[in-house]
Amino acid sequence: MPEGTVNQGIGASVRRKEDKRFLTGKGRYTDDINRAGQLFAYFVRSPVAHATIKSIKTDKAAAVAGVAAIYTGADVANDGIGGLINGWAVTNRDGSAMHEPPHPILAKDKVRYVGDHVAMVVADSLEKAMSAGELVDVVYDQLPPVIDLASAADNATIHDGMDNNTYFDWELGDEAATQAALSSAARVITTTLRNNRLVPNAMEPRAAVAEYDEIADSYVLHSTTQNPHLLRLVICAFVLGIPESKMQIIAPDVGGGFGSKIYLYAEEACCTWASKKLRKPVKWTADRTQAFLSDAHGRDHINKVQMALDKNNRIIGLRVDTLANLGGYLSAFSVATPTYLHGTLLSGCYDIPAIYTNVKGMATTTAPVDAYRGAGRPEATFIVERTMDIAAREIGMDPAEFRRLNFIPNDAFPYQTAVALQYDIGDYEPTLDKALEMIDYKGFESRRAEAMKRGKYRGIGLSSYIEACGIAPSAVVGALGGRVGLYESAVVRVDPTGTISVFTGTHSHGQGHDTTFAQIVNERLGVPLDSVEIVHGDTNRIQFGMGTYGSRSLAVGGTAISKAIDKVIAKGKIIAAHMLEADDADIEFKDGKFIVAGTDREKSFGEIALSAYVPHNFPHDRLEPGLEETAFYDPANFTYPAGTHIAEVEVDATTGVVEVVDWACCDDFGNLINPMVVLGQVHGGIGQGVGQALLENAHYDESGQLLTASYMDYCMPRADNLPSMKVDHLVTACTHNDLGVKGCGEAGAIASPPALINAVVNALLPLGVTDITMPATPEKVWRAIQDAQTKAAE
Amino acid sequence: MPTVAMKVNGASVSHDIPDNTLLVSFLRETMGLTGTHVGCDTSQCGACIVHVNGDSIKSCSILAAQLDGADVTTIEGIANGDELHPMQQAFHENHGLQCGFCTPGMVMSAIELVEKSKNLSEREIREGLEGNICRCTGYHNIVKSVQDAATKMGG
Repeated sequence: MPEGTVNQGIGASVRRKEDKRFLTGKGRYTDDINRAGQLFAYFVRSPVAHATIKSIKTDKAAAVAGVAAIYTGADVANDGIGGLINGWAVTNRDGSAMHEPPHPILAKDKVRYVGDHVAMVVADSLEKAMSAGELVDVVYDQLPPVIDLASAADNATIHDGMDNNTYFDWELGDEAATQAALSSAARVITTTLRNNRLVPNAMEPRAAVAEYDEIADSYVLHSTTQNPHLLRLVICAFVLGIPESKMQIIAPDVGGGFGSKIYLYAEEACCTWASKKLRKPVKWTADRTQAFLSDAHGRDHINKVQMALDKNNRIIGLRVDTLANLGGYLSAFSVATPTYLHGTLLSGCYDIPAIYTNVKGMATTTAPVDAYRGAGRPEATFIVERTMDIAAREIGMDPAEFRRLNFIPNDAFPYQTAVALQYDIGDYEPTLDKALEMIDYKGFESRRAEAMKRGKYRGIGLSSYIEACGIAPSAVVGALGGRVGLYESAVVRVDPTGTISVFTGTHSHGQGHDTTFAQIVNERLGVPLDSVEIVHGDTNRIQFGMGTYGSRSLAVGGTAISKAIDKVIAKGKIIAAHMLEADDADIEFKDGKFIVAGTDREKSFGEIALSAYVPHNFPHDRLEPGLEETAFYDPANFTYPAGTHIAEVEVDATTGVVEVVDWACCDDFGNLINPMVVLGQVHGGIGQGVGQALLENAHYDESGQLLTASYMDYCMPRADNLPSMKVDHLVTACTHNDLGVKGCGEAGAIASPPALINAVVNALLPLGVTDITMPATPEKVWRAIQDAQTKAAE
Repeated sequence: MPTVAMKVNGASVSHDIPDNTLLVSFLRETMGLTGTHVGCDTSQCGACIVHVNGDSIKSCSILAAQLDGADVTTIEGIANGDELHPMQQAFHENHGLQCGFCTPGMVMSAIELVEKSKNLSEREIREGLEGNICRCTGYHNIVKSVQDAATKMGG
């Protein structure tokens, strides 16, 4: 870096380039986009959980002035439209294929959850579409709802030909070795845990604006997707049968995703289909209640856990039997989430020689469940880290020391777990020690005593998590049932004036790619951030990509950019060698200059860029004009961020209110490109984890009505539910990508729920409470205290 | 259709609108000021907060027709040319935003909070932002931003 310039490269907390447009109201979200003559779509949704559709009468609705069309499942079927797809297939324990029922974009014969799409009304205003929607007369013949996950197998069949409402019955690990460990154990810890159902709740509701161009016979779909190219692939190849070259998908500014915007949904497909039928743009924007009803939900597991300890308190085996609620249909990655993104993380940070897990993916008459921030890994970590605390309590050991005793030692990497993954690198004790120091773990008992004087029960809880980020490699994903590849693409285009456009297949919906990715370019090529444009979210501008989820953007997408930069430098050297009349091999690239090694003969990056496009005397037989390079990067492994989070709480036993009074964490995300952005991601993840642990729950009543379908009823974390957080990090660099980066987007959401529940239980142990299910609402905490006291008095 | 005349970001405007038009729809659809966002349908999320006669108001909860003669300020109207409002600048400096969708409402809410209360404690800031939901930041940097802006605004 030249002297006197401000560091904008790797490791600098550069302020974000994208902020200004968001701060001034100039962000461009899908609902901000309008097209001349557009029509508005409204979806008639099932008001009942499970029913046969006897008839749908649309004549009264169609008579409403301004209504352009009303479509039903029959219209979709008549046009040969395909259903939404399942993107991952697993094999059952007995070797048979899993059950993959069809998922029509408009229900034809049956509805399977409250909110299922029954008809689409299109009118020249949203008000008219909604009014007409009220007049669509659907006669339902109700069937028994299936709501309770624990008894789902014993209830009415939701899909024809499916046994026991079980989509799949999957296993991983060595059952015999695990049973042997449990049989020979000095002590077996058993518990049953519940991972509550959540609604992702990106603040921007899903939306779509679809336009058919009659002259070109092509489409433009603006969508709130995290994943434009995959959306194009699915909608073109599997649903509507459109050549991909005739479909442009643009995901402009997207207001958060957290997993819920990875998938193709019925509404996007319906709007696109209708825009051709009506020869007009068709727009749909979800209101919040529709979002609650039909965005893919998250989590919703019941886990039976057995952990085997030897006489030295070392874990020798772990068995987990899980029921995973997948809802009325299989959403795109719903199969991967409780299986390969969950079972494979059950070793946590610990050296556990034998692990076995069985997961049954269950159908219920509820909204489809899919990946939500962390996707399977928060569920796995909750199992491991709650059980670690229960075990520590039962053996009378400090929970931090019990974790330390069982950590994979730092000289054991690469470490092969008992559940398929091989962790490349990690060092868990230093992050634990740092977090303990940050929260003043040693001083806790005096803080507990002080709180007691104020009538508050104070508790502390740890969670030492691991996650697998940047899902990969494609060959492994394919072998395990994935129906996509999981690489990333990048194009780095050097313009004649030396400015740079980077085209990435990842997608930014709050993660700050405009800045972070530009910092990589700055570091490698020496151009200022203002000269770097990051282009994403448009299938016509970017060759291909797999979108953003699972903390893959930097580890996979950033590495692809780095590899494309390598190629730019390599070609730049050839151009410089030609210009300086030197040998290709003698050119070095350093501090933004191409230099003949050992001489003062050099060309600046800008001179090379211009020459590439003004190649008057290039030897065209061996040197093409232009300076634009492409890389596709398919990683060799996942990356494995890890760390320890510690929560401190105070509980008011008379009201049951839990206050989070302190939070400290130390994470290892490998190298950091922009520490400010990374810490922001951690804060946000913790916020969502605190929501899961204390506040949030998607609650269906016995008839299948979602009682929590608005912000009046679903308790979102607000500023006063959270404390300021102490967030730090240590670094072990990832061993298998160029940048040494791992991924940070999900860590907070993974680590925080068990830390908090461990803290609440720790606070209430003096009152006899040993467990509490999420969310630990005041009512539930108060009741747990009363029950424990009643039991103690008996 | 009643005619509604008001000041929006300092400019006088007058439009004929259906009498059931919400202020947020008037701003977004009639005025094309799309910085004000709609994040829910129960006036809970705060993404649509604007200032009406100096008070922060959820623009999804008031009819435009009620505001004849009012002075309305949206997120588009608080910067001084290219110079950001101190609250906007503080959100930028402290990474108080990620996806940006809640940000306009959050900034408008925070400005009123700081303008009307001096020497805010962290707890008071958190409670003062109770009407705004952010799903990205965990509020940590939003609170820091408001603290920073309060200092710069002399609050």
